[in-house]
Amino acid sequence: MDIINLTAMDMREKLKNKEISARDIVEAHIDRLQKMEEDLNAFITISKEEALNAADIIDEKIKKGEKLGPLAGIPIGVKDNIITKDIKTTCGSKMLENFIPPYESTVVEKIKKADGIILGKTNMDEFAMGSSTETSYFGITKNPIDTQRVPGGSSGGSAAAVRAKEVAIALGSDTGGSIRQPASFCGVVGLKPTYGLVSRYGLVSLANSLDQIGTLGRNVTDVALLLNAIVGYDEKDSTSVNMDIIDYIEGLSEDVKGMRIGVPKEYLNLNMDERVKEQILNSIEIFKNMGAVVEEISLPHIEYALATYYIISTAEISSNMARFDGIRYGYRAKDYETLDELYINSRSEAFGEEVKRRIMFGTYSLSKDNNEKIYKKAAKVRTIIKEDFDKIFEDYDIILSPTSPSLPFRIGERIEEPLAMYKSDIFTVPINLTGICAISIPCGYVEGLPVGLQIIGDKFEELKVLRLARAFEKHVSLGGENIGL
Amino acid sequence: MISIEDIMYISEMCKLKFTEDEAKKIIEEFTEIINCVDKLGEVNTENVAPTYFINYNMQLLREDVVEEGLSKEDALRNAPEEQYGYFKLLNVMD
Repeated sequence: MDIINLTAMDMREKLKNKEISARDIVEAHIDRLQKMEEDLNAFITISKEEALNAADIIDEKIKKGEKLGPLAGIPIGVKDNIITKDIKTTCGSKMLENFIPPYESTVVEKIKKADGIILGKTNMDEFAMGSSTETSYFGITKNPIDTQRVPGGSSGGSAAAVRAKEVAIALGSDTGGSIRQPASFCGVVGLKPTYGLVSRYGLVSLANSLDQIGTLGRNVTDVALLLNAIVGYDEKDSTSVNMDIIDYIEGLSEDVKGMRIGVPKEYLNLNMDERVKEQILNSIEIFKNMGAVVEEISLPHIEYALATYYIISTAEISSNMARFDGIRYGYRAKDYETLDELYINSRSEAFGEEVKRRIMFGTYSLSKDNNEKIYKKAAKVRTIIKEDFDKIFEDYDIILSPTSPSLPFRIGERIEEPLAMYKSDIFTVPINLTGICAISIPCGYVEGLPVGLQIIGDKFEELKVLRLARAFEKHVSLGGENIGL
Repeated sequence: MISIEDIMYISEMCKLKFTEDEAKKIIEEFTEIINCVDKLGEVNTENVAPTYFINYNMQLLREDVVEEGLSKEDALRNAPEEQYGYFKLLNVMD
């Protein structure tokens, strides 16, 4: 049996049935990882010893007949901006190159409690700023489908690791599309849950009002399995929502007949790769054939979402990045004569270009002269965009769109053009601005490169989104074991 | 239009430094971004309330009881420099 080809669900079942041991699973994945990493660079830190120890504890539990958690034995990748106690957490930056957290993030605590096995920390754009995983201090991650191309970003390491079968499932973070866009580029499934559904305690903040931890997997069920393990109210996160817990696996296979789907005319009129558009239009036909009701809708202010997102996110970034001053943790410059120089030299030497650019623009838009004109204006437009979505969800269950307007681009192609890079997120940023949920699933391939379909749901409607995604995946057979490399 | 002086002033606030060439590049990028941002002027936002946060949770206060925090050792574990159990800094007063 080739363990790495199993889905996370299958691994768990075979472990429970004693067909394989947790050690077998971890060793198989570490072997795979060692083979693939030379090419991919999907990981910053590999926690081999910790993973093997965790596997032995699970095998011991099985021997003693103890109850196993829902993630028992499953190897998991964790994006490197999610705090892991005693395991280096770098955020892909020189600033945190040697940072070993003395505490645990809530999501990792939950994964461990569910008997999941953390295999390592995945590569990412520096402080999650980017759409290609090219801005990491630890080098570029390559797309396993075509190593000349980017895996997307900023959770590119997590998406590549899942696609390359280095791990079964992974955690990412999504501020403007950072789970969904790399999922689309790597041909895997990626979910950004509703803001507040999953605790952000221990996620190194990029933009607090937009960031959300979410899940990546090779099929919808695996994504739902990890989601089940990490949801729930957390008093350590003041934005966490206290609500009844839903089982996202149960009800996943229910029929989608009669579901009402809206397709925004503005989205399809945007400038995008025609081949991507064609795949999306084909997908719409598939939903119609499955008995869903598909209609054209309008989101009139969607064209302003990208500028709104850029202003709000950089404003929040500029204040979040102020904590990195070289005093309590992080990089400290060697040469300085005054305290001011210590701050300036440490930050100037340890932050990359993209991080500096965003800090600068955020500070500019929050400055006394621009606050009203730029930042407050964007916050108001955010209200209007949110109202557009609210109105649509009164009549529709789901909104469909492409995940990215383009196919995975070549390494280096857009790194010198920040605006072109930001445009990769044109379809994903409105979801973060409005705090709703969305998933990206593979909906087809163009010349061997994957196209992602974005399925958008209202607040806390993850089950609807997952159900529709599952039905689609089953129909087109693009998920799970069918995407073998 | 943004000047080099503006960029230098903003960078001072950000505790970052740039060479003149880097500042010129930032001006170019800023101009491009500002043109894109200016588009928001087309949207009528009169009488619209700004959205700063999506969730308006009640901020709960915990009971005023002493709880265990990070140990001194843990708090200093990642400090670039420490001395006598404190974060080490330059003298700020003579």
